[in-house]
Amino acid sequence: MNELSIEEEKALVSDAKDGDKRALARLVEAYQEPIYHTALKMTKNQEDAEDVLQETFMTMVEKLHQFRGDARLYTWLYRIAVNNVYKRTRTTQKHEAMDIDDPDVQHIHGENLSAWPETEKLLGEREWIRDVLADALNELPEKYRTIFVLRDIQGLSIKETQEILNISESNVKVRLMRARHYLRDKLSASLEEGVHYE
Amino acid sequence: MNKKDMHQHTFRKLCDDISADIDAELCDEVKEHLKECPDCRVYVDTLRETVYLYRGEAKMKEEEEMPADVSDRLFKVLKLDDIREERKGEEA
Repeated sequence: MNELSIEEEKALVSDAKDGDKRALARLVEAYQEPIYHTALKMTKNQEDAEDVLQETFMTMVEKLHQFRGDARLYTWLYRIAVNNVYKRTRTTQKHEAMDIDDPDVQHIHGENLSAWPETEKLLGEREWIRDVLADALNELPEKYRTIFVLRDIQGLSIKETQEILNISESNVKVRLMRARHYLRDKLSASLEEGVHYE
Repeated sequence: MNKKDMHQHTFRKLCDDISADIDAELCDEVKEHLKECPDCRVYVDTLRETVYLYRGEAKMKEEEEMPADVSDRLFKVLKLDDIREERKGEEA
């Protein structure tokens, strides 16, 4: 993220509220990429991600005067973006509200687990691993995917994630843990099937 | 505590330890268990690797940057395209 310091962000927000278009443009430049990448991961579609990006910043321009500055501007933008994604997916993907269970310990010990190749080696198989990761993430129900994208991919803190989604800290942690286990199991299955590693 | 309960107990502790931060230091009790339990050890390693893979892939994608035309259309919709051009001109 082309991250602004707290002081820079405050000054730009203040100037933008006073009608300074250059300050507004600077804020858009700073946060367009993380919002776009998050929307892309969540919507799984470039056109939808672009729509979410535009809607998010149009809302920012329209409602910036309502932003009180208690938290960082980007957490406010993420919240707007996530709500825009939810509005879209609620009309198209009813199964996305599905729950997943806690990992089953007995299942882990009956699985004959084997170690994976090193992360760098897997990332070297770029096209293949990209598809595997995308497929697994796409299968993850939305409420878990959102948490995983915000916390583990975008690197937001638990507190920021909880503020964006307006849920409790423990709920963030539980969903995050379930998401990680779900994705691990999916990747493990793909790696076992994978013809790239023998 | 029997072996099954021990796995369950350790697993809960493990989840507590890394629930906020996947890189978190594990408590001594979990570390001890992992020394003796290859399945749990592999499971923890692969759980962490899952997150590292997604982070690594996202980083590679970000390095490719957002398509320029997506950004151009955004600035146009926001009616900030003229400001952006001005700024680019000044920076050049």
